[in-house]
Amino acid sequence: MSTFILLTITGVGLGAMYFLIASGLSLIYGLMGVLNFAHGSFLTVGAYAAWEASTHVGGGPGTKLVVATLAALAAGGLVAALVELLLIRPLYRRPIEQVLVTVGLALALGALVEAIWGFDARQFPVPSWLIDTTTIFGAHIPNDRFLEIATAAIVLVGLTAFLRYTRYGLIIRAGVENRAMVTALGIDVRKAFTLVFALGGLAAALAGVLSGVYFGTIDPSRGTSLLIFAFIVVVIGGFGSIGGTAVAAVVVGLIQQYANYYASSGLGDLAVVLLLAVVLLLKPEGLSPKVAH
Amino acid sequence: MALIAVDDLHVHLGESHVLQGVSFEVPEGGVTALLGRNGVGKTTTLRAMMGLVPRRGSVSLAGEELNRLPTHAIVRRGVGYVPEDREVFAGLTVEENLRLAERNGSPRYELVYELFPELKTRAGQKAGTLSGGQQQMVAIARALLNDNPVLLVDEPTKGLAPLLVTEVAAALERAAQLATVLLVEQNLAVVARVAQQVVVLDSGRVVHAGGANELLGDPDRIRELLGVHGGAH
Repeated sequence: MSTFILLTITGVGLGAMYFLIASGLSLIYGLMGVLNFAHGSFLTVGAYAAWEASTHVGGGPGTKLVVATLAALAAGGLVAALVELLLIRPLYRRPIEQVLVTVGLALALGALVEAIWGFDARQFPVPSWLIDTTTIFGAHIPNDRFLEIATAAIVLVGLTAFLRYTRYGLIIRAGVENRAMVTALGIDVRKAFTLVFALGGLAAALAGVLSGVYFGTIDPSRGTSLLIFAFIVVVIGGFGSIGGTAVAAVVVGLIQQYANYYASSGLGDLAVVLLLAVVLLLKPEGLSPKVAH
Repeated sequence: MALIAVDDLHVHLGESHVLQGVSFEVPEGGVTALLGRNGVGKTTTLRAMMGLVPRRGSVSLAGEELNRLPTHAIVRRGVGYVPEDREVFAGLTVEENLRLAERNGSPRYELVYELFPELKTRAGQKAGTLSGGQQQMVAIARALLNDNPVLLVDEPTKGLAPLLVTEVAAALERAAQLATVLLVEQNLAVVARVAQQVVVLDSGRVVHAGGANELLGDPDRIRELLGVHGGAH
């Protein structure tokens, strides 16, 4: 029983990270139709900005983590907004070129990170209280899992409130359905595009920090490896749906954990791909298609 | 003087040269109907004027060239648009659909609720669950919510029951008191009721322009231009 609880909470924690990456990816595709292969780079940039900041500030591990997170958010949000303004915006209505640019950017940013910080993994500064465990029904759960789950829950609530209660949220929800009609109401939807990219960058950078906490290290390929699962989450959840993305992220995280433990180590990834195939066969539009909510 | 002047407007959609030099003028006030058989380019003309399709040529509003402006900037010059097939946001409520259309500090909710009281009672309902007629009300209300001097309205009675056609025609009459309306419409009875001028398209070109009564009073000409029997009067 304690093993099952540990696997479940760890799976939800992993799902929380997937959600943070996938939510931005989902909104960007849902609103703009841009398949952003550079989204994992926002995570990597955020993670390394966090690591770099933590090496330059004094104070305890908790202070370092807070400063590192702020640096990650600033870097992730800024890079994402610049990518939209400088590279994606000139290529509206040219989807193939957009995809090629995001693929090229992912490779270029990965190479840049490797050139600056090297290929080897770096130890991420994790406060000891996050490494400690809390016992729940006999299961010793590392505290970082709760941080990951709580962070994703706050982002989910915040994003949902933003989409539901703000003018820009209304524009994004409408734009996911029919972008041309939003402009035909006199709205400059390009501002919403930049905002969505920046929000996606912020969430991905946050995932970068949390992945450092979860794995204890960061490396240049972290964004790319997590992006694959984020894409699967988005396809299962439905492009443009935050709620669907959240559910799909948790399901993918749990299936990975259960399959790795109860079947065979390494089968988790295969189980996720099988789940994707089943969803595509039975519900190709995803769990909650094309409505941002 | 014409409020809207369209001059030598060309649109290519894929291999098809849909508009082949469309030119016409819309005088200020009242309703000008854009008529023609199916597929002659009426909807494409409105979409080109709104900047929703790539186009070449000139569209001016009160002397200001619109053709280089993006769609949202054209709308902000005071051009409201009611698209063919309504295009309401199905996942948003009626109230959210209207709120999205607000452009200034004084949206005319009193006017739209006076014209379409049903929208007030259905404010919290998802637009995707409305009937076709109710969705058309939302689409027209979005355009009327702001003080637009020009309205481009594309087949507002398409697929509606006769009672709703009358309601929509009444709304168009009211809209014409507040703005200059360019109306694409297949229902000649509605055209006869609301329009003062007509422009007829055929194969992407203007083949007739003049007073509505002159054309609608000439069944032979209607048959020649539109391929239908003139039963408007």
